[in-house]
Amino acid sequence: MSGLPVTAIATPRRGAAGRTGLWRVERPVIDHSRCIKCLLCWLYCPEGAVVRHEDNSVEIDYDYCKGCGICANECPVRAITVVAERE
Amino acid sequence: MVTIKELTREEYWLPGNSSCPGCPAALGLRMLGKALEGKFVLVVPASCTTVIQGIYPATPSRVPLLNIAFAASASAASGLRAALRIRGLKVPVVVWAGDGGTADIGLQALSGAAERNEDILYICYDNEAYQNTGIQRSGATPYGAWTTTTPLGKREHKKDVPMIVAAHGVPYVATASIAYPLDFVEKVRKAASKSGFRYIHLHAPCPVGWRFPPSKTVEVGRLAVETGMWILYEIEDGVLRLTGRSRVLLDPSKRKPIEEYLRAQGRFSHLDERDVEELKRYVEARWRELKKLLEERGGCLR
Repeated sequence: MSGLPVTAIATPRRGAAGRTGLWRVERPVIDHSRCIKCLLCWLYCPEGAVVRHEDNSVEIDYDYCKGCGICANECPVRAITVVAERE
Repeated sequence: MVTIKELTREEYWLPGNSSCPGCPAALGLRMLGKALEGKFVLVVPASCTTVIQGIYPATPSRVPLLNIAFAASASAASGLRAALRIRGLKVPVVVWAGDGGTADIGLQALSGAAERNEDILYICYDNEAYQNTGIQRSGATPYGAWTTTTPLGKREHKKDVPMIVAAHGVPYVATASIAYPLDFVEKVRKAASKSGFRYIHLHAPCPVGWRFPPSKTVEVGRLAVETGMWILYEIEDGVLRLTGRSRVLLDPSKRKPIEEYLRAQGRFSHLDERDVEELKRYVEARWRELKKLLEERGGCLR
């Protein structure tokens, strides 16, 4: 058990609950040709799984996206569609 | 006004945590982290957020976080603040508690800390029931709502905690909604810039307990505000003013019919006409009170 802190203090980590993207039954897909970089999907993603790049373009981190679909629901130009997740 | 683009890209509540899909608490914690750019200490009583932290040795929280017993968050935060003061640290101490831990179990400690004007920021994220233990009613559950302990719908109205806190005469009280994150961020920053006891009540629609699809969390939160069921305001030094979307809703004709809010959620699906009328009466009465307060006394509570 070496490497663990002496006290019961947890350390911050992405994926503290594992690869939560595996929970997904539906997958949001961004159509970048329609995206207006308003960042609403980034703002409203409860998971922080919408990655915002320097130039304010966005990308979904499928390792952790749980597929709630809020991004698609809030996108003002319908640039995000939700499709069924496959094996 | 805070804009989306000026919010930091940095995340202080990391992805891959144990929150349910569409969780309003996780969204609120993200926004809190961005509002204060990670420079604060959290105190969390038993709540969904205890679960969202996951299990040792990893946590999604990049800020120091103290887990504490259900009834004790405001007291623990008071002590923590005192200890930090002795060490000469100015870092804000923020309580992040659910509605059960605030309206019911933590109310005594909350009232005590408010009365002593402790230098803490207390945020209640209100998902209107004990969601993580299995959707039991709380004092903050609204009239008519189904929960597992109110199978026919709750018979009592929602406890008005922000006004209870305001009655203590504390420097800052505000309501907010996860559907309006920038308004929330602004209130957190304003609260953090003040000293003494500060309180923010954050409306947080829960897809699991309120029975709506997880994609609708923000939409349901927005409907709560647009129908007047949830009112955005702040009370600075005893003076109330409406904020954001709620500013234009004093005129009843500007408010959407509350049925739009009720229909979006399974927890209200059993309501009959009389229940809907009772909710309408309650909402109208609250707005009338606010209108009177604003028009006759300029928002002065005392």
